[in-house]
Amino acid sequence: MNHMEQEKLLKELDSSRSFAERLKACASYPLYAQAVETLQMNITRRCNLCCRHCHVNASPDRSEEMSRLDMEACLRAASRPEIKTLDITGGAPEMHPHLAWFLQEAAGMRKRLLVRSNAAILLDKKYEHFLDIYAKTAVEVVVSLPSLHRDRTERMRGADIFDRIVAALRGLNSRGYGKPDTGLVLDLVHNPVGAFLPGAQQSLEEEYKTRLRRDYGIDFNRLYCLTNCPVGRYLDFLKRSGNLEQYIGLLKDAFNSAAVESVMCRTTLSVAPDGHLFDCDFNQILDLSLSSDASAHIRDFDYEKLASREIVVRGHCYCCTAGAGSSCQGVLQK
Amino acid sequence: MNQQYYETEDLQDFSKIGEFAPEQGKKFFDYYLSSTSAGKLTEREKALIALAVATVRHCPYCIDAYTNKCLSLGVGSDEMMEAIHVGAAMVAGDTLAHATQMRKIVKQKEM
Repeated sequence: MNHMEQEKLLKELDSSRSFAERLKACASYPLYAQAVETLQMNITRRCNLCCRHCHVNASPDRSEEMSRLDMEACLRAASRPEIKTLDITGGAPEMHPHLAWFLQEAAGMRKRLLVRSNAAILLDKKYEHFLDIYAKTAVEVVVSLPSLHRDRTERMRGADIFDRIVAALRGLNSRGYGKPDTGLVLDLVHNPVGAFLPGAQQSLEEEYKTRLRRDYGIDFNRLYCLTNCPVGRYLDFLKRSGNLEQYIGLLKDAFNSAAVESVMCRTTLSVAPDGHLFDCDFNQILDLSLSSDASAHIRDFDYEKLASREIVVRGHCYCCTAGAGSSCQGVLQK
Repeated sequence: MNQQYYETEDLQDFSKIGEFAPEQGKKFFDYYLSSTSAGKLTEREKALIALAVATVRHCPYCIDAYTNKCLSLGVGSDEMMEAIHVGAAMVAGDTLAHATQMRKIVKQKEM
């Protein structure tokens, strides 16, 4: 489905018990940003994998990537002291020709710097040098490992991926990632492999730590549990498998007004590969532009306007307020 | 009024079963939550026990709820099936144990 078809479908599903109505009921509508503390840069749509849950529809066939000029604009924007975190994602960020340069520049800014990697790419000869670049720049590495069960992870991310992720995690461990007193942070991401919500993050983290150490000798720092957002390929899966209405109902039933306060769009700004700005990368995929009074492109970055902008909300936003709440940093309420 | 005995949507009604007897309802939910939350046993272990009991008791709502809970907690389908086999074996064993009554009576009565 293209972004217009996705938005139309989500609009239909949001016609009853709409997200905006729920926000009104808890006196949180319109929803406004509180600050811009995190700049999440989606630097490329290209990826060596083609995962079934990928909400940005990344794949080896995609070619969109952020220009060097726009990456420089991101660095300028991030020089604002209010911005504490640079969160680099894709696609596979390693496939961007300027990632190494960017990490070098960003590492000198003394901000929290993290890269979301599929890890498997780090086994590829062409990209294995990033293991050393990551360690040298002390960037936090966040790796998606949807399940501890090989079959589930491979159903979601492709054949033979489980062993490749395990091998890459061992490579990161060998450089000190995930090990005590190294300062090198290795976090994992869990997404439900199907049409259900993630369990308690703490329980799952304990399970991941125990099993990865026992079965593979792997250590990591934190597990982030993410609720799958009904956009992109995951929306296609929900529709095709006949789970769409039930899943949306599940998200609506699990609405937690307490999570609204800390939803990530209130402190995060998402930069698309073409430099356009969005409230989050889900809105980016649905092409839901920022509210009209905020600057729309990273080259026109205006902190004051962006830090107090009205957030554009739709039905898919229920995924961030379900249960304990969900964000790119895991649950909102620990 | 719906004409079906079991409706999928009725699972959502579970939280309202205290209606008409709120005091007992509250006591039940306090007990239910404390029994099914992590304690000496993990949340995962308890979810598997609950799934086995739900299946043995043929409760479609509980099977739905605890299959989803097991999925959410990362429990493998092979692990869920093993738990259900424990329940099935217990039911079979429990049935066969009652054959003792039959065997005793037969031995008592037959010439």
